[in-house]
Amino acid sequence: MLYKDRIGPTDLGPEEMFDIPFTSVSSFVLLMSSLTVVLAITALRRNDIRRSRIWLLSTALLGAIFVGGQVYEFTAFYREGLGYTTNLFGTAFFTLTGFHGVHVTVGIIFLMSMYIQSMRGRLTSAQEERLEIIGLYWHFVDVVWIVIFTIVYLFPQ
Amino acid sequence: MTIVESEETPLELESAEGEPPADKPLGAFTRPQGGNGWKDWLFTVDHKKIGIMYGAAGLLFFIIGGIYALFMRLQLSRPGNSILSAETYNQVFTMHGVIMIFLAAIPLGAAFANYLIPLQIGARDVAFPRLNAFSFWVFLGGGLFLLSSMFIGGWWENSPDGGWFAYSPNTGVLFSPSKGIDFFAIGLQITGIASLVGAINLIVTVLNMRAPGMTLMKMPILTWMLFIVQLLLLFAMPVISIALFLLTFDRLFGANFFNVAEGADPLLWQHLFWIFGHPEVYVLILPSFGVISEIIPTFSRKPIFGYPFMVFSGIAIGFMGWGVWAHHMFASGVGPVAVAAFSVSTMFIAVPTGVKILNWLATMWGGRIRFTTPMLYATAVVAMFTIGGLSGVTHSLAAADSQQTDTYYIVAHFHYVIFGGIILGFFGGFYFWWPKIFGYFLSEKIGKSSFWVMVIGFNLTFGPMHILGLQGMSRRIQTYSSGQGFDLWNLVATIGAFMIAIATAMFIWNVISSRKAFKAGETQAPGPDPWDARSLEWMTASPVPEHNFDETIHVEKQDEFWHRKWGKNEEGQVVRRATAEEVAHDGSNTNVHLPSPSYWPLVAAAGLPIIGYGLIYSLWLCVLGGLFVLGGLYGWVFEPVDDPNADDHHDDHEDGSHAELESAGVTSSGEETTIE
Repeated sequence: MLYKDRIGPTDLGPEEMFDIPFTSVSSFVLLMSSLTVVLAITALRRNDIRRSRIWLLSTALLGAIFVGGQVYEFTAFYREGLGYTTNLFGTAFFTLTGFHGVHVTVGIIFLMSMYIQSMRGRLTSAQEERLEIIGLYWHFVDVVWIVIFTIVYLFPQ
Repeated sequence: MTIVESEETPLELESAEGEPPADKPLGAFTRPQGGNGWKDWLFTVDHKKIGIMYGAAGLLFFIIGGIYALFMRLQLSRPGNSILSAETYNQVFTMHGVIMIFLAAIPLGAAFANYLIPLQIGARDVAFPRLNAFSFWVFLGGGLFLLSSMFIGGWWENSPDGGWFAYSPNTGVLFSPSKGIDFFAIGLQITGIASLVGAINLIVTVLNMRAPGMTLMKMPILTWMLFIVQLLLLFAMPVISIALFLLTFDRLFGANFFNVAEGADPLLWQHLFWIFGHPEVYVLILPSFGVISEIIPTFSRKPIFGYPFMVFSGIAIGFMGWGVWAHHMFASGVGPVAVAAFSVSTMFIAVPTGVKILNWLATMWGGRIRFTTPMLYATAVVAMFTIGGLSGVTHSLAAADSQQTDTYYIVAHFHYVIFGGIILGFFGGFYFWWPKIFGYFLSEKIGKSSFWVMVIGFNLTFGPMHILGLQGMSRRIQTYSSGQGFDLWNLVATIGAFMIAIATAMFIWNVISSRKAFKAGETQAPGPDPWDARSLEWMTASPVPEHNFDETIHVEKQDEFWHRKWGKNEEGQVVRRATAEEVAHDGSNTNVHLPSPSYWPLVAAAGLPIIGYGLIYSLWLCVLGGLFVLGGLYGWVFEPVDDPNADDHHDDHEDGSHAELESAGVTSSGEETTIE
């Protein structure tokens, strides 16, 4: 927030760059993945392995869509001339959302590891807690995104 | 809670050694089978061994940092000296500060925390033993990474040279073109991970693993203080991590966080650093406060005076420590309102510290004091810390402080609190717990003489610095010319510094010779309770057996062990009810389930310094380091649980909290293990 309005001599500030409708959609996708991970956990708790796999996979997929959206956003910004070193806004924006994207990616790796475990028959209701821990991590990543989205994208300058 | 009472149920597993685990989901991920010699130490998850390694590493770094200090004192011993060039001098004082704070004082505190918290709360181990090993190896890797900056890319070419607080933008590429600051930022980032992981682990341990009946307000003061330290670390470490990330990105990837030309705020780093840096001061001092709060009651033969006041003043210090950071920045131009506010809050924080000092004095008052070596150190802490604390209060007066900033007066102040408060306390702790940890006494004779050499040397070193500072000698300057009136006191300080070095050497000699004397049968074994002490760690054999306690201790009182030994007769006189040997466990129980050692904490930790070198020199190394971390984590997750029952009897865990607890050795297959 400190660095949002410090864009230097360029006109590459948040006002010009952000595509709020696009990011709102990708935020919605990410938030929905919190729902699907809960569904995966409850399915696993009922020992409904098949459903838990479906929900696991869809959580990972939704996460991947979000990361894909972020990659698209980053490249679009870069084409418009906002690089990492261009100004303070670019530095702060790419670092903050980039770190978040890395966390989502790590979460996807977690989820896919669990999916592989599930395919090997090693994820049953007995190991439900493992998935629950990953679910907690996933919720954490989502909650952080709500904060980032509000502060970085929605707050007026 | 982790202790399984043998008289109720025979236990499921003999110990860490024994039959191989029944279930091997993935063949590669087996666990090391007990073992002996160096392997035992590399793969251990035992909190006691990890604590000893923290202590040994901390002492080693303390000596290295001390050697840097001696070079500085040699350089300053007479005017116009040229032992160190100005550039090297910058690197030496930076490394001295960084090593002493991050690689000596923090890990020595962590050594006491790791070794003593589980023992003082009557637990078998920490909550997450493998995480505990991980945090030690991460710390060691980060420390060696920092030290390696001396050799890599030329002798004394790439050491950090920005002071231990490394003010940006001075530490940007423009003003610090060598790779020193990169080593600083990444090295501290790595050791920060270690502190953070350790903090989470110990917080969970204190909250969940206390012996039945030990409420929070019955915990020994040392455990309380260490618990507060872990909470401070938990909240302070992320701040410095972020600051270091910003700095690293600025330097390596051309980010603009501290680029003033782009409109960045040059004070941002100072704020971030000191928001971490001031709580960090209490991270350093509170373990020492805890240590002497154990030593003083024991040797005064009185319970600690005002236990709740001790606890709550510790908590108050922990809270108020967050509201005083800008007193490091009075000369930075933060504005009159901020200066006034932080001035007042700095005066306030002296109050809870004063409460502690009064309580220690009141504990000694009227006690039957035995001046053993640990007690000498503890009383020295009270005296020396008071001096350092009082000069600290003079800094809270902003008008005076703006004159004192960056003079030797500041150096004198923080060495009185850090050396006089922390290091003396830790040496007292070494002498106090040495028989418990290693099973032999350190010689009192050498101990007492080294104590006097150290305390006199310490006062000769740092006492004159008050005068030098008020005379206007600025810190961090590699030389001075004669005729400024600095000559005499600088020489005295140099002599004092070498006395401290001699005292440290005497301590090491004491360790070696006392061990030899004990092996030769010249000194007695200490027994479980050599000092007639009060807390639970003395209620088991010395050295502490691998499983800590033979059976779960049911705690009823604060200072439980003392009350089992002593009671009142009809006339109200205190009389001995039982000897320590009758009360204490003899460590003979072999039926306690213990967490198995593991390879993976070491593997995962080894990846971090490799990533660090990769960031500085070649990103390919990052890939290699990343593979280490990833492989370590997957090995960690997939290695078999060491309890044969745990795999088949998951239904036992109704509370759904088994995964990590299993590795902590909790086998909840009977009513004897309750999770407090």
